Amino acid sequence: MRYSAAALLRNAIGGQRHWRPAWRFPRPRTRYDVVIVGGGGHGLATAYYLAKRHGIRDVAVIDKGPIGLGNTGRNTTVVRSNYLLDPSAALYEHALKLWEGLSQELNFNLMFSQRGVVALAFTRHELTEMERRVGALKLNGIDSEMLTLDELRRRVPLLNLSRELRYPVLGAMVQPRGGNARHDALAWGYARAADALGVDIIQSCPVSAIRVERGRAVGVETAQGCIEAGRVAVVAAGHVTTLMETAGVHLPIQSYPLQAMVSEPLKPMLDTVIMSGLVHCYVSQSDKGELVLGAARDSYVSYAQRGSAHINAATIAALLELFPVLSRVRLLRQWAGIVDVTPDLSPIIGPTEVRELYVNCGWGTGGFKATPGSGWVFAHTIATGAAHALNAPFGLERFARGALIDESAAAGVSH
Amino acid sequence: MLLIPCPHCGERNEIEFACGGQAHLERPGPQADATRWARYLYYRANPNGTQRERWFHAAGCRRWFNVERDTASHEIRTAYPMGEAPAP
Ligand SMILES: Cc1cc2nc3c(=O)[nH]c(=O)nc-3n(C[C@H](O)[C@H](O)[C@H](O)COP(=O)(O)OP(=O)(O)OC[C@H]3O[C@@H](n4cnc5c(N)ncnc54)[C@H](O)[C@@H]3O)c2cc1C
Ligand SMILES: [Zn+2]
Repeated sequence: MRYSAAALLRNAIGGQRHWRPAWRFPRPRTRYDVVIVGGGGHGLATAYYLAKRHGIRDVAVIDKGPIGLGNTGRNTTVVRSNYLLDPSAALYEHALKLWEGLSQELNFNLMFSQRGVVALAFTRHELTEMERRVGALKLNGIDSEMLTLDELRRRVPLLNLSRELRYPVLGAMVQPRGGNARHDALAWGYARAADALGVDIIQSCPVSAIRVERGRAVGVETAQGCIEAGRVAVVAAGHVTTLMETAGVHLPIQSYPLQAMVSEPLKPMLDTVIMSGLVHCYVSQSDKGELVLGAARDSYVSYAQRGSAHINAATIAALLELFPVLSRVRLLRQWAGIVDVTPDLSPIIGPTEVRELYVNCGWGTGGFKATPGSGWVFAHTIATGAAHALNAPFGLERFARGALIDESAAAGVSH
Repeated sequence: MLLIPCPHCGERNEIEFACGGQAHLERPGPQADATRWARYLYYRANPNGTQRERWFHAAGCRRWFNVERDTASHEIRTAYPMGEAPAP
């Protein structure tokens, strides 16, 4: 059923009895052409583009829980494409272009709001680095501008621009087309659209192992039995290494907790996204009025889905330095996700040394924004057996070749 | 928040330390091929369970040591000086 004003009206008259679930809850079949492990945004987007762009509809997406409750449902929803290096700029900008038409394409309101992403500089070095980045971005055709302090004051009136701070703000850059979206809606929108094209979404079904015969992936073992597959694609974020090791594939990934929190709802006070590197925090205001606040990640490997308290304390201290007006605001919730971090902070998308086994992971602290582009290139890779030009630089082999895409040094702020 | 037993100073709060990642890595010899080097430089164990790792007591004795920790429960089984093997 298409969502529209007419459908709302029809159902209002009909007593709201005719809405159907947005996707089915099928029992898994014994075999699929493609089995995707991981029903986060990236796995669901992959299934959608496989069905939509490549006509491959014999697809299952399997998640150990309900879909979208991994990092997709835990992130702070910053969407931008202002990455320094050419391969990243191309991939993230491709994703941003897809975002711009996605609510219409999926017939699902993603509440995508291009309210601009403003990054602050606190040292001469950060400012110079920012000027370099804006130059590089313009060469790559990505909207970016430096902001003077006066422009910043007009744009974010509540921001503390006092010269008396330990680290006064020296300048800023903005990507006007960046912004926020509703994270759950992205998972649900892709799920509904993929389901409509025939994809089976199997929930609450942990995958315990990947089956490999003579160097080729042939299926997965799950809580609901063994499911055969022509191709297996793993998109399991922080849990990817343990699963891939069952197929003998090692990945250069470490799993860390990354935390976020929200405040009580406030009157509208912030109509852009603020990213702050040195005085580390980033903040935006949701449509409900809550301030959505992102913290740094913990420094040691952990699968306990909570983070250390001192990390949040530092984030709150940074927030209050930037917005002293918030000192008496209460926090509602705090949580963590387990993020999959590579040595160069760039994702791994492509085939593996096991035939018909594909992996898409390593999005770490910043993959929400990339979801549409990631699913798009991964679907291409699975359908054709080879990487698309956009994800060719992001293969697993780059580590042995030394061809790292070192956004860790380049991006400044990671989310 | 971890309470980390530095072998030299005793139990201290996590904020005094820096984590140096997986312990007991062996540097390959000069003849090693690119794959070996990639393993050494970029690949680390990422177990959901017991892991041996190096920690640095940055705001204390400023010495490195090893810790055996469970990455799921955060329980620290033992801490031991550099160059030693953990108690069995
Ligand atoms: C606190 C926080 C803030 C963030 N902020 C931002 C931000 O502002 N902007 C941004 O771009 N990115 C951000 N990120 C990163 C972003 O959330 C992730 O990169 C992205 O959502 C990853 O999507 P995914 O689909 O790969 O992973 P997930 O959404 O985690 O999906 C993986 C799925 O795999 C399933 N799974 C795992 N193991 C198994 C198994 N064995 N069997 C079956 N299923 C399994 C899980 O249940 C999960 O649903 C943030 C992350 C966190 C934690
Ligand atoms: Zn010490």
